[in-house]
Amino acid sequence: MTPTLTISQLTKRFQSVEALKQVSLTLAPGKRAALLGHNGAGKSTMMKIILGLIPFDSGEVTVCGEAPGSAAARMQVAYLPENVAFHPALTGEEQIRHYLSLRGENPRLATELLARVGLAHAARRRIGTYSKGMRQRVGLAQSLIGRPRLLVLDEPTSGLDPVSRRDFYDLLDGLSADGTAILLSSHVLTEVEARTDSILILSGGQLVAEGTLADLRAQAALPITLLVRPAEGRAISLAAVFPEATIGSDGMLRFSCPQADKLPLLASITALGPEVADLDVIPPSLEDIYSHFSRRDGQ
Amino acid sequence: MSCILATAASEFRIAFRNRWVLIATGMMVLFALVLAAAGSAPTGDVDVDRLSVTVASLTSLAVYLVPLLALLMSFDAVAGEVERGTLPLLLTYPVSRLQILLGKLLAHLAILALAVTLGYGAALVMAVWSDPGAIQGIGSMVRLIWSSVLLGATFLGAGYALSALAQRPSGAAGLAVALWLVAVVLYDLALLALIVTDGGGVFTTRALPVALLANPADAFRVFNLSAGQAVAVAGGIGGAAGAIPLWQSAASLFVWPLLAITLALAAFRKVTP
Ligand SMILES: Nc1ncnc2c1ncn2[C@@H]1O[C@H](COP(=O)(O)OP(=O)(O)O)[C@@H](O)[C@H]1O
Ligand SMILES: [Mg+2]
Repeated sequence: MTPTLTISQLTKRFQSVEALKQVSLTLAPGKRAALLGHNGAGKSTMMKIILGLIPFDSGEVTVCGEAPGSAAARMQVAYLPENVAFHPALTGEEQIRHYLSLRGENPRLATELLARVGLAHAARRRIGTYSKGMRQRVGLAQSLIGRPRLLVLDEPTSGLDPVSRRDFYDLLDGLSADGTAILLSSHVLTEVEARTDSILILSGGQLVAEGTLADLRAQAALPITLLVRPAEGRAISLAAVFPEATIGSDGMLRFSCPQADKLPLLASITALGPEVADLDVIPPSLEDIYSHFSRRDGQ
Repeated sequence: MSCILATAASEFRIAFRNRWVLIATGMMVLFALVLAAAGSAPTGDVDVDRLSVTVASLTSLAVYLVPLLALLMSFDAVAGEVERGTLPLLLTYPVSRLQILLGKLLAHLAILALAVTLGYGAALVMAVWSDPGAIQGIGSMVRLIWSSVLLGATFLGAGYALSALAQRPSGAAGLAVALWLVAVVLYDLALLALIVTDGGGVFTTRALPVALLANPADAFRVFNLSAGQAVAVAGGIGGAAGAIPLWQSAASLFVWPLLAITLALAAFRKVTP
């Protein structure tokens, strides 16, 4: 299957800032990729290049087999910019009707699109009176026009409440099932974890990690945390058996061990029988993995 | 084509909501009525019909007002989109920058056409009211309307170009005011000063016609005055109109809008969102 998006060795400089350094990636139809990275990592820059809004210095970018920003590419790509804005004097419905016309679609579909993003009740109000979350939904509605083959969403869930976020990812599931490739940036890691197929981490313009969450977990090889609650009055004796554990102010013993040592450690703890009241195994969180990759070059 | 029409419809709606339609028509009607009232006083010696007099004074009005309205409507066209942050999204749509500009132009031209038609129409009604024979001059009134639209197109295009160059509405507004002052006011003052110092010499006979054709506002004035044979009632620079063939001023009127839109497109293409 030919990828919807191919980027190889992409480099982009702004005067003194090297915003993207030798970035390569591919995105297959129907795949959802999350682009993570600190502020200024180059996420928005990469998206603007994919859309053909800004030129790049070297490398190759192919969007649906076309040059980025070409008329043929623009027919198949939809975008939701960071901090999307509209003319405040137009109503949500008028704005979406306009965008539908620009894509050669029937303007009457506006009502249905706005209903899909939960804005039916405000469709006839001017966008100037909308909240940030409502404007974001208008932005989402316009990105759904005409079954795009590639959806580029720059921080799409900023300004959305938790319920709206879930609805938003449900929408994406439907689109990707129909074969739309989706590239979205975010810094809400938990939602990205559950609802995307792969994760890309940009740091200082470099792609420092790429893969499914399981891949990244294995690559990072971060230690696992074990929390042990000693039985009544056994804290001291337990701590004496495991000098490597630290005792928290809550009386819990905290172990930090590499993945490979997890099972032997568990066996030696459970062997103590009634000395131990409870035990929790805490795998490294996505935040831990993310900071591991993102900080690697001293950011 | 449908992209241009959709853009035009959206722009027209925005201009309507921002009261631009009301302001433009109101201004044109008000000034036209004032002029018509002033022109209806007995003119005595001049052997022209009443409407020709009205057309001559409306021409002088339009030379100032049409470029002003056009620049006021257009200076925000690109800079406003940049400032609001609406441009990046728009440019990812399958619509070319030329189509965007033509859509805006169509909407703004429609508003200008509406404003001048209503304004001149009001003056026409007043002239015919006091002298039913004045209806004979309807042709010059129609000519004034379409040439005003062409003049407007030139300054709309220039406004878009300045808007794209400045990329900030405040800067674009400043440039627009400067252009209006130079093209409409200072240019003529400079020509007048040259005519006076030249005293009917080479400048007045050779350079002046070229200088008048090179400025769209002067070409508009010359075209309407010489076409309406109203040169006699027009003073100042308009007096030179007789020396310029009609086709030349008409050509200037038609070429300038194309030039202005080409400039605007070139400037807009340089804008990186
Ligand atoms: N138009 C621009 N001119 C100069 N520098 C820019 C421009 N756009 C972005 N940058 C720089 O490029 C880097 C990447 O920015 P950006 O892609 O917006 O980051 P992100 O979206 O990941 O927060 C930053 O250092 C930013 O300052
Ligand atoms: Mg960004």
